[in-house]
Amino acid sequence: MSDKALYLDYEYCSGCHSCEIACRNELGLGLDQWGIKVIEEGPRQLPDGAWHWNYLALPTELCDLCEGRVAKGELPACVLHCQAKVLEYGTIEECAAKLAAKGSKAAIFAP
Amino acid sequence: MAEWKTEVDGETIVRSCCWSPPGCHPVGCGVRLHVRDGKLVKIEGDPEHYVTKGALCPRGLAGLEYIYHPDRIIYPMKRAKEDRGKDKWERCTWEEALDLIETNAKAVIAEHGAESILVFGGTGREANYYYSLIAHVVFGSPNSVYAQSGWSCYGPRCTSTGFMMGGGYPEIDYAQKFADRYDHPDYKAPEYIILWGKEPLKSNPDGFWGHSIIEMKRRFGTKICSVDPRITWLGTRCDDVIQVRPGTDTALAMAMLNVITGEDLVDHDFIDKWCAGYEELKERVKEMPPSKAAEICGVDEEQIIRVARAYATARPGSIGWGLAVDQNPNGVQLGQCLIAMMGITGCLDVPGGTILGVVDPAQVQMDASQGIALRYGIMDEAMWNKRIGTDTFPAMTSFIPTAAPDAVLDALETGIPYFPHMGFFSSSNVIGAAITAAPQRWYEALKKMDFNVVTDTFMNPTAMALCDVFLPVASYAEHNAMVLTHYGFNASFFGAVNKAVQVGECKSDVEIMLEVGKRMHPEFWGQYEDDTAYNEANGLNGKLTWNELAQAVTIPTEEPYRKYELGLLRADREPGFASPSHKLELASSLYAYFGDDPLPYYKEPPYGPISTPDLFEDYPLVLTTGARTYVSFHSEHRQIPSLRQVVPDPLLDIHPTTAANLGIGEGDWVWIESPFGKCKQRAHVTATIKPDVVHAMHGWWFPEEDGEEPNLYGNWKSNINVTMPHKVNGKMGFGDCFKNNICKVYKVEE
Repeated sequence: MSDKALYLDYEYCSGCHSCEIACRNELGLGLDQWGIKVIEEGPRQLPDGAWHWNYLALPTELCDLCEGRVAKGELPACVLHCQAKVLEYGTIEECAAKLAAKGSKAAIFAP
Repeated sequence: MAEWKTEVDGETIVRSCCWSPPGCHPVGCGVRLHVRDGKLVKIEGDPEHYVTKGALCPRGLAGLEYIYHPDRIIYPMKRAKEDRGKDKWERCTWEEALDLIETNAKAVIAEHGAESILVFGGTGREANYYYSLIAHVVFGSPNSVYAQSGWSCYGPRCTSTGFMMGGGYPEIDYAQKFADRYDHPDYKAPEYIILWGKEPLKSNPDGFWGHSIIEMKRRFGTKICSVDPRITWLGTRCDDVIQVRPGTDTALAMAMLNVITGEDLVDHDFIDKWCAGYEELKERVKEMPPSKAAEICGVDEEQIIRVARAYATARPGSIGWGLAVDQNPNGVQLGQCLIAMMGITGCLDVPGGTILGVVDPAQVQMDASQGIALRYGIMDEAMWNKRIGTDTFPAMTSFIPTAAPDAVLDALETGIPYFPHMGFFSSSNVIGAAITAAPQRWYEALKKMDFNVVTDTFMNPTAMALCDVFLPVASYAEHNAMVLTHYGFNASFFGAVNKAVQVGECKSDVEIMLEVGKRMHPEFWGQYEDDTAYNEANGLNGKLTWNELAQAVTIPTEEPYRKYELGLLRADREPGFASPSHKLELASSLYAYFGDDPLPYYKEPPYGPISTPDLFEDYPLVLTTGARTYVSFHSEHRQIPSLRQVVPDPLLDIHPTTAANLGIGEGDWVWIESPFGKCKQRAHVTATIKPDVVHAMHGWWFPEEDGEEPNLYGNWKSNINVTMPHKVNGKMGFGDCFKNNICKVYKVEE
């Protein structure tokens, strides 16, 4: 089992879909598959009037955290191309530290 | 820094900056193009690009699907004039295509004069740089045409800037001109940004790297206000969203100036030294207290005051102004207000404020074209004066070297002042849903032309309906070129677009211009052996060889701040601004010279509840259009599978209450009908838009449908521009109703 993970600051994931297409290019997937998929939650107005609207870039079972790229010293394709630079790669421990530092609206995925 | 070209495991990797095609504005995002056996096998973001740092948008990432798409046109084609509208294209050689263009153009010139040739451009693609050159210097015609009613994209903002102060295009400072970016010792991040009628994440407008907004927000905690009729995702991350009634923005901006001047939140040193007309402006905006604007705009008075104070007291504040400034007949007054807000708060061209560009005329090639044509005798003054629309639209045509778009449609329809006879569509899908108002009228009028040429990458409605010769354009990966953000008006860097592969017989915009130019005016164009020679002599202005730029990939301009102090805004290099008084003219002498008010004023949108109450009873919704998506650029990319999957259909945003009243559910096809025309899109029911406003997408056609007449790839099905009126512009001729029309919406009954 890998001790690596993806950290996502979903406060600022802009839902641009770059990760999806970068991942498909890397894994050679067709249109019916995703190695990472952007999930949209909202937009919806909360009882206090504030807006709830989050995107979540969610890795799937096909994600191998770009083992091949990482072995060559490159970043995973989704991390490199993320326009908002909200996806990061590291050990589970490193990612947990980032999550702790951020404190809210962040997640770690160990696919 | 990595070499610009490396060999790894049998692959050549070329570092480059992408521009177009496929379309985008000149942002010049960094890419690494992987080539194997002469074919692109992968496109990646370039982690060493100092602005984009490896990030790449879906359009960039889907590049292979575009470049090697089976429907892409990669050889020249011709078609008999009587077969227009039919899929009877035949492949031909470049020689044959060029022969046809030369023969027909020379015949048209002999019979009707060079002025009867129209060269169309648009979109923000690289072709934008060259269409005026093609008109003026290749054909000797004064009539380059950006066909959007009221020149309502970028032109109005540039004109307001040019009239009031000169100095390129004001842009948010995201340290884009410095190689060390945010670490540059002179840099300070904006504390507060107003995004006015602009959603930069999706639009990357004119060279602004949109996601830098997120970068600054995360890194520096920059506060943001979005002025937008819609709550966008970015809006939900903003400190304020002013959900303005479409087209009323000038009232809002005047009210903010009312607060800023009334509460004396201004920089008196800057005003005393560099501005003219402050007292007059202060007096004028007294007419628009926040309470009045709140009523006009349908927003909260307190919010106007709060945002005005937050912006004016930020050190510094910055403004990103968007397309909504242009697509408004009252827009040049809005531009005036926003420039005043940048100036009087002391936030103009200071670190973290709204920065200006050093304009080097040699780099702004679309401005230099008529001068070249006149100097080389390709056009004489009499010919230049035949430019269509100079009489009706003098403010526009004195500043912008094209014909006036609305006057061109009039000429095509009426023959006044004369009938045009030939069209050259330089990557411009004129009858599509992305540029002209009333495209159905342009379509009928352009059918009468004797001869039409199109340069593009895919067959599209304009090419299929109207054209006789199709010249295939090379994508950014297939040619050498230079990219300057803001077309050079406010450049962050010189960027190299480095050729990695050849596809079919495609040629770049410059190569096409050279080829046709050598046929029409070899005495001028013969001096350039190829595109590299042309780029070195012109874009690079002799300062840099092509190889130097190619290898550097990006060369930041490293321009200093406060250019007005340093004499960098004026041609004579004296301090001050490039206005008649050499001040920032808050009361503009050039606005007055061209018959407009020197000071900003508010005017209701031409159609709406106040201006046309009777009509509004039948068309009771305000229609705003054209918000961008991540997966298309205007009418491009509809045939790219992984992009179309993300947004498969044209969508109309409609509020749940309004939808319920009309019996409309999510995904229903609905008619959107204005007094001028109708089309259908699918309802997207969302509370992010107010109940009395709907938003429709632009740029829709259906490449998968029958391309022949009358269907033309479904060009008329969802074409929102058919609902737009022709020639409804402001006093100086700018602005249109693309963002402030009226309509009714009802379910499509099968």
